[in-house]
Amino acid sequence: MKPFNIYLCGVGGQGIGLLSEILLRGVDHAGFQAKAVDTHGLAQRGGVVVSHLKFGETIHSPMISSRKADLVVAMERHEAIRGVDTALRDKGCLIYFNTVLQPLGVRLGSDKEVSEALLKESCKVREITVHKVENEDLDDPRMQNMAILANIDKNNLVPYIEKHHLVQAMEDLMIGAMLVKNMAIFNKISTQPE
Amino acid sequence: MKNMGDMLLRKPAFKEIVMGNTALVRAMVESGTRVVTSYPGSPTPEIATAIQSIPQNQRPFYFEFSTNEKVATEVAFGAALNGHLSTVFFKSVGINVAADTFVQLSLLNIIGGMVVVLGDDPGANSSQNEQDNRHFAYLSYTPVLEPASPTEVYKYYKEAATLSRKLGKVIILRLTTHVCHAKEKVKFEKWHPRKEDNTPRFDSKNGPYIPLVSAVYPMKERALRQLDEIETWVEQRRLHTRVDNNSRFGIITSGLVYLSLLEILEEVPAKPDILKLALIYPVPARIIIEFLKSHDDVKILEELDDELERSIKAIAYEQQIATRIIGKNDINDWIGEYTPDKVRQILRNTWPDLIAAGESIPQLSDDIPARPPQMCPGCGHRSAFHAIGEVLATEDITVADIGCHTLGYDEPYNLGEILLCMGASTAIGSGLSLFNNSRKVVAFIGDSTFFHAGLPGIINALFNKHNLTLIIMENGTTAMTGHQGHPASGKNFNEITEAIPIRQLLEGLGIKPIFETDTYNQKELRTLVRQAVNEESFNVVIAKHPCMLLFAKKQRKDKGGNPYHVRIDQEKCKNIQVCIQKFGCPSFKRNSDGTISVNNELCIGDGSCIQTCPTKAITR
Repeated sequence: MKPFNIYLCGVGGQGIGLLSEILLRGVDHAGFQAKAVDTHGLAQRGGVVVSHLKFGETIHSPMISSRKADLVVAMERHEAIRGVDTALRDKGCLIYFNTVLQPLGVRLGSDKEVSEALLKESCKVREITVHKVENEDLDDPRMQNMAILANIDKNNLVPYIEKHHLVQAMEDLMIGAMLVKNMAIFNKISTQPE
Repeated sequence: MKNMGDMLLRKPAFKEIVMGNTALVRAMVESGTRVVTSYPGSPTPEIATAIQSIPQNQRPFYFEFSTNEKVATEVAFGAALNGHLSTVFFKSVGINVAADTFVQLSLLNIIGGMVVVLGDDPGANSSQNEQDNRHFAYLSYTPVLEPASPTEVYKYYKEAATLSRKLGKVIILRLTTHVCHAKEKVKFEKWHPRKEDNTPRFDSKNGPYIPLVSAVYPMKERALRQLDEIETWVEQRRLHTRVDNNSRFGIITSGLVYLSLLEILEEVPAKPDILKLALIYPVPARIIIEFLKSHDDVKILEELDDELERSIKAIAYEQQIATRIIGKNDINDWIGEYTPDKVRQILRNTWPDLIAAGESIPQLSDDIPARPPQMCPGCGHRSAFHAIGEVLATEDITVADIGCHTLGYDEPYNLGEILLCMGASTAIGSGLSLFNNSRKVVAFIGDSTFFHAGLPGIINALFNKHNLTLIIMENGTTAMTGHQGHPASGKNFNEITEAIPIRQLLEGLGIKPIFETDTYNQKELRTLVRQAVNEESFNVVIAKHPCMLLFAKKQRKDKGGNPYHVRIDQEKCKNIQVCIQKFGCPSFKRNSDGTISVNNELCIGDGSCIQTCPTKAITR
């Protein structure tokens, strides 16, 4: 299978690490060779976190080349547009959680906050399919990554990967209350009708 | 993953998805490593996280975070002299700190074996430079193995351990950031726990261990002669990789760059042959000569500096080989990480007919705001910088040091205008204070950094009577690198300790005056700093507050979320914007209607912002 490239991005603390590891293990359970790499840097301090994930045949480098991602998974709107601009190929797919964590310049008033309209337009001119996730009735913002995962599953955004692969991956990574809580949200949202 | 500790100790062979840093720990277990030391620094801390997942009573080796990288290297060395295979690991610039110790190791007979794991950082993802630590290998005659992937990290550590024990020679395992953090499924072999022999085996007869006067030359000669032995051993172990595509073009490379190269060559029908070196020092001349002789054009695809290129050109000249050897083309080939995109560009410059141009990498749209790192919501350093900024004049000079407190350098605080390396702030400040009667000098330092490298500069300021103020930003942890303990934090990696009290330590040195307050008490801090900078002396302000990220994590864990927040009373708010523009907590958000409100996803309810509002519009 030709490589499928997933580029995950967000702000430090949003749970990108867990989300990308679930997808990585899900892909492995589905029988594919996969490589991934996380770029941490100063991520926990509210900086940008990026995770690259590639699976299929002929994967060598874990890093996705510029605008070669098939799918961008973004946990925040500014990172969504940044991911689209740097990583996503034309006609690719974006799924993003429509929350805003204002970067420094926006808070200081020197930069303009990225609007939904700008994001939508940037995607339209490059024929990018957009899935916006919001209002998922979450009382804990740390569960936003599960909402995204559920929507990835619901919309079949990753080829060949099925729900049971993702569930198995979650069970590899979590135990006890953490597993129960995350699984509940994943199941609830992935079975909800659109 | 759950049960990482169990996974690392599994006895039968198995496969697991791990990152390079985790694979390294399994390799240590299988090799019988007995002592491991470190000082925290990206890209290496996950090695310690993996070690921590093994309960201490089951851990087959001793681990500690030492005060700094020099000390860590010395501890590992001492253990190896008694016959214990040891490893020290640290980030790229850590070798600068360890250098005085490190350069000697190769001259000595280290009977237990010693593997130094370096986390180099091409691209400077989390370091103050992207120095090429292969230079240290040449300087010290230390062999270097360079893995390209988690599988190779595992494999090469075991090879390094075996070779090191056999020769009594220190060996470097050189990782780079995206080898440390890359993840793939690795096939691990079975583990036979060895019977541990704790007998201290140091014997001065195995030396010499005192490299003075006449002893130095024979030690150096021995180190130089060992290099041939090492080249042969690596060849016989078949660690180098040859990719034969029947081409008259060839590429010599090493490490992660090899994977970037393979990625790009997927789209090239007429692929060059490749020689991937596992051992990059000593430069394996035999296998290189063979490769040069069988190709017309050979490109040296080498990230950062040009050591390999120079060595290979010298070899070719001595052997009178006519092959065209192509090294770096221009200054850009020296700078940055060799990602697949960069490798494509370089190969296109080398052989334009071989490789298509590829789409030009689009410029990042100007409409997307950058997202620099910030101090966390509730951070005590924010209160400190906010208060201190109100006291100092714009012409006063402030010196930063390394840690979370470095983040004061950015808007809106602009405190900390010079940054060099660990522990340098006091001494730099001392230099800035000479012949300077008009501009106050203030240096900042964190508590872990204080112990790491801060003390000599502090003692010097006292001893040589410099006039400046040092502000110690004490948050009780080594925060930036992942909340490791340090001598004043009250616990080390393994157990609770008696915290070394920073204040009493300074008093013991004879520093006066010493001021101290909790940073949340911004009014008090302003008063103390004003007093301190107006004194003609070397004095210290201890600005204390526990790390709030740790606090917030614990709160989320205990209460399942963040129940407390502040809010802005829009009736009282006059939109002066001290909160969002000067205090700068990331929890404040600018709404489209011009009002400021609080993002409850981020606010942890610490309330340190409340005192900053001139109209008292912030409430709990």
